[in-house]
Amino acid sequence: MVEFFTTTNLGILLLTLGQCLLVLVPLLVALAFLMYADRKVWAAVQMRKGPNIVGAFGLLQSFADFLKYIVKEVVVPAGADKFVFFLAPLISFVMAVIAWAVIPFNDGWVLADINVAILYVFAISSLEVYGVIMGGWASNSKYPFLGSLRSAAQMISYEVSIGLIIVGVIISTGSMNFGDIVRAQDGYGILSWYWLPHFPMLFLFFISALAETNRPPFDLPEAESELVAGYQVEYSSTPFLLFMIGELTAVVLMCALVSLLFLGGWLSPIEFLPDGILWMIIKMVFCFFIFAMVKAITPRYRYDQLMRLGWKVFLPMSLAWVVLVSFLAKYEVLGAFWARWTIGG
Amino acid sequence: MSVADIAFYAFALTTVAGGLFTVLSRNPVHSVLWLILAFLSSAGLFVLLGAEFIAMLLIIVYVGAVAVLFLFVVMMLDIDFAALKAEMARYMPLALLIGLVIIIQLAMAYGAWDYSTGFETRLAAPAGDVHNTAALGLLVYDKYLMLFQLAGLILLVAMIGAIVLTLRHRKDVKRQDVLAQLYRDPAKAMELKDIKPGQGL
Repeated sequence: MVEFFTTTNLGILLLTLGQCLLVLVPLLVALAFLMYADRKVWAAVQMRKGPNIVGAFGLLQSFADFLKYIVKEVVVPAGADKFVFFLAPLISFVMAVIAWAVIPFNDGWVLADINVAILYVFAISSLEVYGVIMGGWASNSKYPFLGSLRSAAQMISYEVSIGLIIVGVIISTGSMNFGDIVRAQDGYGILSWYWLPHFPMLFLFFISALAETNRPPFDLPEAESELVAGYQVEYSSTPFLLFMIGELTAVVLMCALVSLLFLGGWLSPIEFLPDGILWMIIKMVFCFFIFAMVKAITPRYRYDQLMRLGWKVFLPMSLAWVVLVSFLAKYEVLGAFWARWTIGG
Repeated sequence: MSVADIAFYAFALTTVAGGLFTVLSRNPVHSVLWLILAFLSSAGLFVLLGAEFIAMLLIIVYVGAVAVLFLFVVMMLDIDFAALKAEMARYMPLALLIGLVIIIQLAMAYGAWDYSTGFETRLAAPAGDVHNTAALGLLVYDKYLMLFQLAGLILLVAMIGAIVLTLRHRKDVKRQDVLAQLYRDPAKAMELKDIKPGQGL
């Protein structure tokens, strides 16, 4: 039986398929509850009750929303480019999901253990912008188009600084594999994670991630009060649901990235406690909680402020940090504090 | 036929089809989308060659940045593309001629490259047990450091040139001074008045 799954082509295919489902299904179920958590946190900050009707404490609200979305009628605007119109939400969803192929949840628990994993995630997240642009253009309407232009410009701007921050981490590790990056943070528990040597970059990465995923305070693409819902205006029913799931998956992916790059992934914060998938999940949920809190407590940025922050503040800072880290790692300042590859990380 | 062979033919087919439809599409936005498909499939070909770093760079740089700019420009154009297509017939002979010349040049170049003696030495050194990202880094930042820096310098000069050529200082435009805005003092900017009823200011 084991031989069938490891030697024959069909067996390997089935095995891979099973592994994909093993990642995908828990992820999508978790998304439903994360969306609920997001709304509950938001409500709690504003002293409302939030969703509390469907199921105990409203726990099944997301599933009710899901059913509502898929039984609605699909409306295609007149003059829309039908093919691109329906391709856009699919791209948005697929790109958000396939990035999870290289995210490890525990030591070795990863679908594809490739040695350019972090570049792969970066490449895939740079492709997510196409869902937005295509959706806005294919709707053949002015509001979605304006929304998509704003969104695309924003996503491209913050990708640059995310890339540079990642470069700093790669320099410290000497590898682009997530497993290596996490193993390089092993040692003295919470003190040897990268948040300490790369301290300012943790915040820059987090804020860039907010902008990259169009979350408040950078939710200009879908600023409710100005653009109705940005590039999603003309979408209804399942295509809209795909956009929404894609967006939320991208947010959770950013949580996973913050956990892996700066918070030590599956490593336990206290040295003698066992490492494991539980820590990874706790860290991701913590990051998501911060995402939700930021949404609840910050006012929206103005568009020119957003662009100024991206290009004139974050880009120079992250670029300077890359140069600084290169020197600190090369001359092994504080031993292996920045140069983790020297201790076989 | 192994899985790698199937993958190669699938990627090769989509690359060629993408390139073909880039030229043939009536709608320029569709052209750019086909071009993106061609980029993505050629990234797949790079992965099959074992050059995963180049593949990822191709996606990040070309698909993630260059093609987005293409798409921006093309989406906002308002041109009668039917008329543009009619023009195409006029330039067809010239285009065919140029295509033919390029094919002949490529054939000559590859023919010479394949059959000349000692072509093995001109290939890049095998990476050995180093990851190809590290091998590439050693080549670019160690062996060919000067050439690499010179190439960067040329790009920098081009960039500064473009900025200098398009830069003009306009006096009649109001500019935003962010620092001045941040340091604005409510005490200086606002004045509180106590207005008596029936008097006004």
